[in-house]
Amino acid sequence: MAARGTQEIVMGLNGNEAVAWAVKQCNVDVVAAYPITPQTIIVEKFSEFVANGEVNTEFIPVESEHSALSACVGAAAAGARAFTATASQGLALMWEILYIAAGLRLPIVMAVVNRALSAPINIHCDHSDTMGARDSGWVQLYVEDSQEAYDTVIQAFRIAEHPDVLLPVMVNLDGFFLSHTLQDVRILPDEVVKKFVGTRDPIKIKVPYLGGREVPLVLDGETPITLGPLALPDYYFEHKMPQVEAMEKAKEVIKEVDEEYARLSGRKYGNGLTVAYGLDDAEVAVVLLGSAAGTVRYVARELRREGYKVGVLRIRAFRPFPVEDVVEKLSNVKVVCVMDRAISYGACGGPLFMEVRSAFYDSPEKPIILNYIYGLGGRDLPPAVARKIFLELLDIAETGRVKQLINYVGVRE
Amino acid sequence: MSELKSWRALPLGTVPLKFSTEFKTGDWRTFKPVINQEKCVKCLLCWIYCPEMSIVWDGEKVSVNYDFCKGCGICACECPVKAISMVPER
Ligand code: SF4
Ligand code: SF4
Repeated sequence: MAARGTQEIVMGLNGNEAVAWAVKQCNVDVVAAYPITPQTIIVEKFSEFVANGEVNTEFIPVESEHSALSACVGAAAAGARAFTATASQGLALMWEILYIAAGLRLPIVMAVVNRALSAPINIHCDHSDTMGARDSGWVQLYVEDSQEAYDTVIQAFRIAEHPDVLLPVMVNLDGFFLSHTLQDVRILPDEVVKKFVGTRDPIKIKVPYLGGREVPLVLDGETPITLGPLALPDYYFEHKMPQVEAMEKAKEVIKEVDEEYARLSGRKYGNGLTVAYGLDDAEVAVVLLGSAAGTVRYVARELRREGYKVGVLRIRAFRPFPVEDVVEKLSNVKVVCVMDRAISYGACGGPLFMEVRSAFYDSPEKPIILNYIYGLGGRDLPPAVARKIFLELLDIAETGRVKQLINYVGVRE
Repeated sequence: MSELKSWRALPLGTVPLKFSTEFKTGDWRTFKPVINQEKCVKCLLCWIYCPEMSIVWDGEKVSVNYDFCKGCGICACECPVKAISMVPER
């Protein structure tokens, strides 16, 4: 816990500003963004740093989110460290390029402020935007508060650029609950962050048509290479396999980077992949992502004081999904409630529910696993509702009777 | 056809295995451009317009690189003296 309290400064920042501050310290070469709603203040704040000459970043205001991510793809392919931010409809417009960034193995970092998708127009928090992008090949980390947003953006560059990973990373923070809410955020000294993230050092690849010569995996005039041309049925599949491997390896890297960052800052987020509370002896537990975990843990603490054995598992890394970890942490729990802030229409439950439930398919001992879909379009999850959920779970643990597998909580009937 | 490689043998980042010049795309052609050197005035408009860089200028005359010419006919269309005719491939 070297730096804590000694060198850090404490600032009153909302989640947007916390992200902008992290980007400011990470020595980013290019930030491309479309600074109009549903964009958040992240890039507005960052553009102030650019205007004040506090960073050397090339700031490219483009004409759409599709172009924002495309510009980042170009920059990253040329060897730059690139960042962008978006939310809801903006992410939807980036869709095509999400897959290209991942396929070309470009370590772009993007902050996504989680906001609902139209229709109707909403812009408040839920996870439907990034849940739709879960299969795009991006690493997805979900944060609980603005401090974690700051810390995770810094970690994200290290994860993305790690030679075993080389994948783009989305740092997800809940719209308004985090993005627009003021919190004390501890900011590390510039030099400490600079040293931690280092400079982007492109890996070298052996190029068969250059006689097996090793050249950096970047577009430059010295050693020209082609990225992403046509690969037909005889080769496309093969090009996808390294992405599978990288995603698997990312689990270990996320853990290591969180560990190393903890030595620097004194702040640690569980094991980097999941954050557990009370699971050593919990009979019932709630599994969820993002800011609502704070409320649920607050209620869990109250209930534990009252003698109830309850726990919480917050999933920090949704992609790669920490299957082994989830099974290990929840295997002694009797009833698990997975809370989804998104609907997968027509599916057998919310996206997180499907992951958790299928993770247990091969386990001889499995908890009863229920799904509670909550908080769409920015609807709050107040402590009273979280308490009611825990009490329902305790009741199921006692009686073994499940009334309803998939529940919509907090919606008017 | 060369032996298909394992995914582990591919360079990372979708970098291709071969130069594009090794993929001879001339066999996509149904019509081939034939240049009448008698008529040609060496204006090089065909050389400028060919989208495949398949018109070759050696300093004295123009010719066609049939390994990559796709037979689109743009050269024939652009030639101001109609020196290029499109002949069906057999
Ligand atoms: S036919 Fe088309 S591809 Fe072939 S030489 Fe003429 S312009 Fe080029
Ligand atoms: S455009 Fe016609 S005249 Fe001009 S160089 Fe080509 S073939 Fe010759």
